[in-house]
Amino acid sequence: MAKTNIICIRCPKGCHITVTHDDDRNIQSIEGFSCPRGEEYAKTEFTNPVRVFTSTVRVKGGDLDLLPVKTNGSIPKPMMMDAARESCRIEIEAPVKIGDVIQSNFCGTGIDLVAARNIKAI
Amino acid sequence: MKKLSYDIVVVGGGPAGMAAALEARKAGVEKILICERGGKLGGILEQCIHNGFGLQYFKEELTGPEYATRFSDQVEASDIDVKVNTMVMDIQEDKKVIAVNPEDGLFEVETKAVILAMGCRERTRESITIPGDRPSGVMCAGTAQRYVNINGYLPGKEIVILGSGDIGLIMARRMTLEGANVKGVLELMPYSTGLVRNKVQCLDDFGIPLYLSHTVTKIHGKNRVEGVSIAEVGPDRNPIPETEVFIPCDTLLLSVGLIPENELSKKVGVDLDRVTRGAVVDEKRRTNKDWIFACGNVLHVHDLVDNVTEESELAGRAAAGYIFGTYAPRKNPITVKPGNNIGYVVPQSIRYHDESQKVIRLYMRVRNPQENVTMEIKDDKGEVLAKFKKDIVEPGSMVNLALPTMKLTEDMKEITVSVAE
Repeated sequence: MAKTNIICIRCPKGCHITVTHDDDRNIQSIEGFSCPRGEEYAKTEFTNPVRVFTSTVRVKGGDLDLLPVKTNGSIPKPMMMDAARESCRIEIEAPVKIGDVIQSNFCGTGIDLVAARNIKAI
Repeated sequence: MKKLSYDIVVVGGGPAGMAAALEARKAGVEKILICERGGKLGGILEQCIHNGFGLQYFKEELTGPEYATRFSDQVEASDIDVKVNTMVMDIQEDKKVIAVNPEDGLFEVETKAVILAMGCRERTRESITIPGDRPSGVMCAGTAQRYVNINGYLPGKEIVILGSGDIGLIMARRMTLEGANVKGVLELMPYSTGLVRNKVQCLDDFGIPLYLSHTVTKIHGKNRVEGVSIAEVGPDRNPIPETEVFIPCDTLLLSVGLIPENELSKKVGVDLDRVTRGAVVDEKRRTNKDWIFACGNVLHVHDLVDNVTEESELAGRAAAGYIFGTYAPRKNPITVKPGNNIGYVVPQSIRYHDESQKVIRLYMRVRNPQENVTMEIKDDKGEVLAKFKKDIVEPGSMVNLALPTMKLTEDMKEITVSVAE
């Protein structure tokens, strides 16, 4: 039996939740949450933690040199550094419209990397 | 000198200025000018490329640029005039605004009302006096954020961050994703001053240590930062000499607080609050000058842009109400006072009758963290007007309490907000 501590981020309270699990990471019990949202958060965070990735990519011929981008859905947390390395390699041409897909199936996640602002061509 | 005439001049084109201008326009004010110092609308949101904005206002999670675009698109589609690269130099008693930009040169705008939405700036190394030389590599976290996210420069590779405010936490993650090694975040207080979700997602996710009750005691290096001395601090917040250790690094980022930019406000005689360092305002966000309104971070530093938007819409409607003569003043203005464990409350007074406003939201920060508390709003006789239960209150999270306007009487002169003892 092992224990994993998780701090809930669903509200400012920040409950310290303990997930007790066996060696195959099967959850035995979840303790320390004070609302159902906390229990649900701990479950997801323990089994498959995900995050929205945001960064910038280079732009050619735009009124800005960098385009802020985001994944239009959550990707697995352990992939954050891979995502960062991949986004460094991308260069696109202006103009760009907010929501434009910059790279589909980003890093093989099935999630798209999209533009988070408009950039005009100059 | 070029002379222009408007009904409202909004100083600042960030989230506050845009929301105030749009709302004043909706309320029927026809000639509105936004003066923005930067090259584009959007303010600080331009460089806040992370997500988490808009959860309250739009009920979805947006990045800073996306949140800003929702408003700048509306401004661009409207007949609100915008002058970018424009610095307001002076707001004069005779309701004239003096500004300068490369296109118009120095120009004068005659106006009926002014909305202050200049935002805030970062506290610097000088404001916290860290001993040592003046090498390059010491900068405010928000400045580093601009270098990385707008200009595409990496300010350093081995980073120490002082201050666990949200910008410091956000930059710890951002620098890590850009390939830098963040050695740790130091916080003078015994608790993190940023939002919990930022501590978890920006530090814990990347294994970046947070040192509570710690500070930088010396900066080493002649031309470039070579390292910092850090030490634990005692309950008096003074460093404990025997705990001092040297940490090699090439960059020190400071996230040690924000100061509302009120130079223009001071010059024209707007009264400032000693604690917020922003204007003293009533529930309409009106200052002691009846034609000048203030909203957003220039009024008090917010944690969430959603609150800035709501406050600025209120100020925009109020400026319109002032121009059209909509609001009737109360017999007595009611002073709003911070009581037990409350650092400040905005607004500082309630002055008007407004049938359309069923509740008045009071925004405040507590001085010290507390759990399972009751917050109370009391009148001058000690009667409780409203009570609110809170699981947790902490200085890093602004609290807002809705005071029903029906609870206010004509004779009231003062109300006090406090955490019940």
